Amino acid sequence: MKTYIRSASCISPQKTFRSEDFLTDIIEYTGTRLNTIEPDYKEFIDPKLIRRMSNVIKMGVASAKDCLNQAGVEMPGAIVTGTALGCLEDTVGFMTRMVEQNEELLPPTAFIQSTHNTVAAQVALMLKCHGYNNTFVHKGISFESALIDAIMLLREQEADKILVGGTEEMVDTSFKILTRLGLYRRQPTSNLELLSTEAKGSMGGEGAAFFLLSNKASEDNLAALGAVKTLYNTNDIEAGIAKFLAENNLKPEDIDLVITGKNGDLKNDAVYKQLNSSIFKNNNIANYKHLCGEYSTSSSFALWLAANVIKRGITPQTVIEKQINDKTPKMVLIYNHYLHKYHSLMLVSAI
Amino acid sequence: MGSSVYIAGVGVISGIGNNVEEHLRAFEQEEAGMGDITMLNTIHKGELPVAEVKLSNKELVAMTGLPPNTSRTALLSLVAAREALNDSEIANFESLRTGFVSANTVGGMDKSEDFFVDFLADNNKGKLRNVFDHECGSKTEIVADQLGISDYMTTISTACSSSANAIFYGARLIKNDLLDVVIAGGTDALTKFTLNGFNTLMILDKQFCKPFDEHREGLNLGEGAGYLVLVSEKVAQTLSKPVYCKLSGYNNSNDAYHQTASSPDGTGSYLAMKGALEKSGLKPADIDYINLHGTGTPNNDSAEGTAVKRLFNPNYPPMSSTKSYTGHTLGASGGIEAVFSVLAIKHGIIYPNLRFETQMNDLPFAPETKFLRGQQINHVMSNSFGFGGNCTSLIFSRA
Repeated sequence: MKTYIRSASCISPQKTFRSEDFLTDIIEYTGTRLNTIEPDYKEFIDPKLIRRMSNVIKMGVASAKDCLNQAGVEMPGAIVTGTALGCLEDTVGFMTRMVEQNEELLPPTAFIQSTHNTVAAQVALMLKCHGYNNTFVHKGISFESALIDAIMLLREQEADKILVGGTEEMVDTSFKILTRLGLYRRQPTSNLELLSTEAKGSMGGEGAAFFLLSNKASEDNLAALGAVKTLYNTNDIEAGIAKFLAENNLKPEDIDLVITGKNGDLKNDAVYKQLNSSIFKNNNIANYKHLCGEYSTSSSFALWLAANVIKRGITPQTVIEKQINDKTPKMVLIYNHYLHKYHSLMLVSAI
Repeated sequence: MGSSVYIAGVGVISGIGNNVEEHLRAFEQEEAGMGDITMLNTIHKGELPVAEVKLSNKELVAMTGLPPNTSRTALLSLVAAREALNDSEIANFESLRTGFVSANTVGGMDKSEDFFVDFLADNNKGKLRNVFDHECGSKTEIVADQLGISDYMTTISTACSSSANAIFYGARLIKNDLLDVVIAGGTDALTKFTLNGFNTLMILDKQFCKPFDEHREGLNLGEGAGYLVLVSEKVAQTLSKPVYCKLSGYNNSNDAYHQTASSPDGTGSYLAMKGALEKSGLKPADIDYINLHGTGTPNNDSAEGTAVKRLFNPNYPPMSSTKSYTGHTLGASGGIEAVFSVLAIKHGIIYPNLRFETQMNDLPFAPETKFLRGQQINHVMSNSFGFGGNCTSLIFSRA
């Protein structure tokens, strides 16, 4: 049984949300962090609710609703999300008050909205969707875990239309702590030069991307999601990728485009460079983290990119690292790793 | 889709015991785990009872062999997960496709809230070792590494239904032939963050909680971890001892009513129980015991009770909330109560609902108040409902 991507919606630091333009009009950020572009949320969320919602809830709910609109689906059979750090704005907000007010006279709203399942819950609440609802919170494979869940649900015929999303917000507190931990650059950089300047650290990012997955073939589908696999602590990723391709009856030369998780950090990118000259030697290669920044569910941005590349038959200039041929991309492999510990592989192909 | 999934091992730690044996003894002797706060440095000490695990972090470190600074969430998790894995006595564990699916709600918050005090005063201060692995997923990873899990691990966080969802996601990984063995369940340690959070909602009872009592006034928080070892039919046949039972039904439905409150008619709970029954092919009359979610809040017990009535009326099986012993262990509760459900089948026991006095006016049934032994228990339903409308029911059946 095939899994199809019926629609995809993405809120990111680029003009990806409800935009006809496909990554030709790129926004340059100079600094160490990329923030999402806020759409006009009033179209998607009751204005009375917007005020109380954190960024991650707003972008999650809006991209989920837009995704359903695009698919022409009113009610999904299941809602599954992935987020590593969850609702940080509310978590930090509640914690700050708790410390500053010495645990006294705390308002409940931030606590209520701090649970990791808030985005999936709010989407269900707005749609009055009583179906399966789950949230995965496992570091760099949170979104992949959600996809694996959705693919199983389709196979089990528990639902035939599943809304799956990856969301992550970056707040000042997490940005500061992760910078102290060495994840991001100490010196301001242009995101357009992030991948070409060799330095320590990447740029912080955030975003929300939702997908409507279905097992029904249709001309309206954007692409097919062939397979999703995660590998933990592997010492031979090249063999892991070769095995994944073989499991799907593919060889490296069958892949028209490889989208990698290069993020501008020397240590992080070493493996991509190595693969570029070995297993992917003869493949077109693209990158995306200069557009959305580095965050734990950024692979959802990559999936949005892959689905659009296939549907439109175009690879935007800004993502291309190496072009071996100008074949129309019909088979895309996404390979991303999170701090060398979690590796994720996704196959996206033409319908 | 796929064959049956069996339970080959169980492990649990909570306010009433550090392993399965101690839990069985506490149940029989009707010893609740609640008491004054001794470990958290909070202004609510002496005012709000909680069910603490009766081991300090230092003792848990000595017991687990984990580094001294490890989050209590991971320490508790390893104790219970290791007990479950040892209990299963799987001989060829390394040669099988293994997974660890764990749940928790606030990750390393116990350490992060210490960090945050210094950080708030000066953003360049605060010991990074207290916050670097704050994420929920880090707790799972620490334990998976100790257990020697390499094929797949993930973490689920759906508030108080988290570990029930972890258990049936784990079972589905086996049914879909992605893995052979999955250790699944959840963990949560008491933190100031959750204590204060629940306190702002005004749903904490200042006395020991009274689930399903007309005069219930709220829940007591608890902490702990509970895990099941789930195995495929093929692995079950290779085991040196009989399996406990099988996971015969499961369902996750959303109440879609309010971010924290349950709908008055318990729509989500009803759909979860009904869906789990359908999956198992059982009728309500087949259920021999219900381990209720039963937090002790006016809202939960009323909604859950209404849903039970809708589904089971007029023949009610014995039911009880073991949260009257362990307190509400949040992300761990589904795992801990799954262990209790499995033990109910194995030992033919039903747990009493402590401190129950007055039947709820709106309900035609009352929970079981005595420790019953020698029961023939073939099918047990375990309920776990949470914030965000997340409702999950599991059904365990004699194999």
